[in-house]
Amino acid sequence: MNGAAKSITVLQLYPRDMNIYGDWGNAQVLLQRLKWHGYEPHFIEYNPGDAFPDTVDIIVGGGGQDSGQDKIQADLLSIGTRLHDLARDDTPMLMICGLYQLFGKFFKAQDGHIIEGIGLLDIETHAGPERLIGNIITESDDFGQIIGYENHSGQTFLGDKVQPLGKVIRGAGNNGQDETEGARYRNVICTYLHGSLLPKNPAIADWLIEKAIVKKYGEFTPTVIDDRFATLAREVALKRPR
Amino acid sequence: MSKPYVTMLGKAVRAIAKLRGGGSALPGLFVEKIDPQFVKRTLATLPHGVVIISGTNGKTTTTKMVVSLLESQGLKVFTNRTGSNFSRGVAAALLGEVDNHGTLDADIAVLELDEAHAVHFVREIRPRYSLLLNVMRDQLDRFGEITATAKMLSNIALATTDTVVINREDPRLLAIGEALHEQAVCYFGLARDLRQHFPSDDDMRSSTVSELGHAPQAEVILQAFEGNHAKFLIGNRTIDTSLELQGAYNIYNAAAALALVGTILGTKLDLDTLREALSRVTPAFGRGETVTIGGKPLELVLVKNPSGFRLSLKSFSPEGYKTMIAINDNYADGRDMSWLWDVDFESLRAGGVSEVSGIRAYDMALRLQYDEVEISHVEPSLGQALQHFITTNPLDPKRIYCTYTAMLALRRELAKTTKVEVVS
Repeated sequence: MNGAAKSITVLQLYPRDMNIYGDWGNAQVLLQRLKWHGYEPHFIEYNPGDAFPDTVDIIVGGGGQDSGQDKIQADLLSIGTRLHDLARDDTPMLMICGLYQLFGKFFKAQDGHIIEGIGLLDIETHAGPERLIGNIITESDDFGQIIGYENHSGQTFLGDKVQPLGKVIRGAGNNGQDETEGARYRNVICTYLHGSLLPKNPAIADWLIEKAIVKKYGEFTPTVIDDRFATLAREVALKRPR
Repeated sequence: MSKPYVTMLGKAVRAIAKLRGGGSALPGLFVEKIDPQFVKRTLATLPHGVVIISGTNGKTTTTKMVVSLLESQGLKVFTNRTGSNFSRGVAAALLGEVDNHGTLDADIAVLELDEAHAVHFVREIRPRYSLLLNVMRDQLDRFGEITATAKMLSNIALATTDTVVINREDPRLLAIGEALHEQAVCYFGLARDLRQHFPSDDDMRSSTVSELGHAPQAEVILQAFEGNHAKFLIGNRTIDTSLELQGAYNIYNAAAALALVGTILGTKLDLDTLREALSRVTPAFGRGETVTIGGKPLELVLVKNPSGFRLSLKSFSPEGYKTMIAINDNYADGRDMSWLWDVDFESLRAGGVSEVSGIRAYDMALRLQYDEVEISHVEPSLGQALQHFITTNPLDPKRIYCTYTAMLALRRELAKTTKVEVVS
């Protein structure tokens, strides 16, 4: 790329409290691929109480312990309007597991009490009787096979205003019942898959990057990145037991 | 059924299991089935009771240290062998040690127990002392959450009848210690300026180690260390010694062992013999132990979870060594590969990685690609990778970071050409 590199800002929500299953891996993959595609990545960690930046191009967030979710819930509600605006403005976002749930309307705990979410997605989550754990494969029209690992007790049900991210081929997915996995709304992708998600699913990483760059700079010319290891790691993962 | 029969039958099963090359589970299972009270009754006879050591990282090495230190003070110690940190393994180990009347010739039992199994164990057998090392994210696909793991350790503490020895620097363990009323609590800790070397699980993603709000008085403090030389403060006395053990975390585990042994022996503790024994403890199976291949050292470093892997990379300098990494995802290793993304591999960038292997070799290679670490060769087959690693680097010292089942497989390969203990 000629001249000064164009910059893209990636923000990770609550890395201190919501970062349990290698969620950092997703941020790292975005930052490295931006660099390899010839852009200048900027990284912002957003924790409770921080000032939310004026400019942000991609937002990622992960899962947490129950204690971590308690710590961030009030703060998340306080920036909810901002996140709604950004989503409506087609900012690409990737939310995994715990933050997927809190981007929905609510999480109903085992004892019946309701943890309010920001309602960005038309989904609701109910505490389930068992943890859904293991390797998972799903199929999506836009990304082909999506491969990862799930570990959640919440069961998520989608409303009319969202699309699932994929159809479960092997594993439990959103709730272990309706074969859906994840949720999509505009450029927001939510999923239970970690592993981490983006390293072994570079198509999703490049989709998020493309959306951000097209929105900011009008066009995106990707570089060919050597994804040989990702391809081989996917082949192995497909054959592993649940 | 009366006791001698159980013992003799159990011993017979153990002998048969040994003949057919089996592990320790079968005879243990046998005794549990026909005499569930065998372990409880046998351990109840010990004059100094039962000690349980648990936590995410460092159990095996710490147990080995505690046993050596107690023996240096004249105690006869019963312990469970490496690889059998389950209650069934304890039963099997006991069978090997008791006489035909079921009597155990020992003063004290020091048992390493996996968190989940310890919870079941303490329901039957309440330990007189327990030592809680740390709570880190380890195979969360098995235990669910760190909070759940902390709860298990809390149950061990609550079942303890005398004293719980606790790592003051681990915020979750500190909370457990402070909630105890019926047990005495003894802490071990770090001098303030050493804390940056030992991030707790909460500090995994931040560059600074969070400050403890308050710190209770610790009985043993690791004051300073340089290479394999360490200085411990025990009460108001100092032990200054070199160690056979390598790595910052092993040295901190020595503080844990000293605190526990000090608690058990009280005023009978003899510091000179203690220091002497401590200086001679060697690393446990797979925890930085070294074999010689073609006149050059080859080190095996077991990595089980992100914090352990990070600490190992910090503890062993890659300079002058060729590095191999072997990652399996069998049940005992943990099936989820996410943990590799919580480890920072930049320290390997200068020298690169010679060989990447194991079932999940390509996941590991992918991880290194994103940290821009050069890889010379990827070969999922452990046997072929080990051969290639050795023959292409004949003149260099070598180090292999490996998950549990990868280590077992590598040891079997190494045993074909060199002397190495093979555990099935």
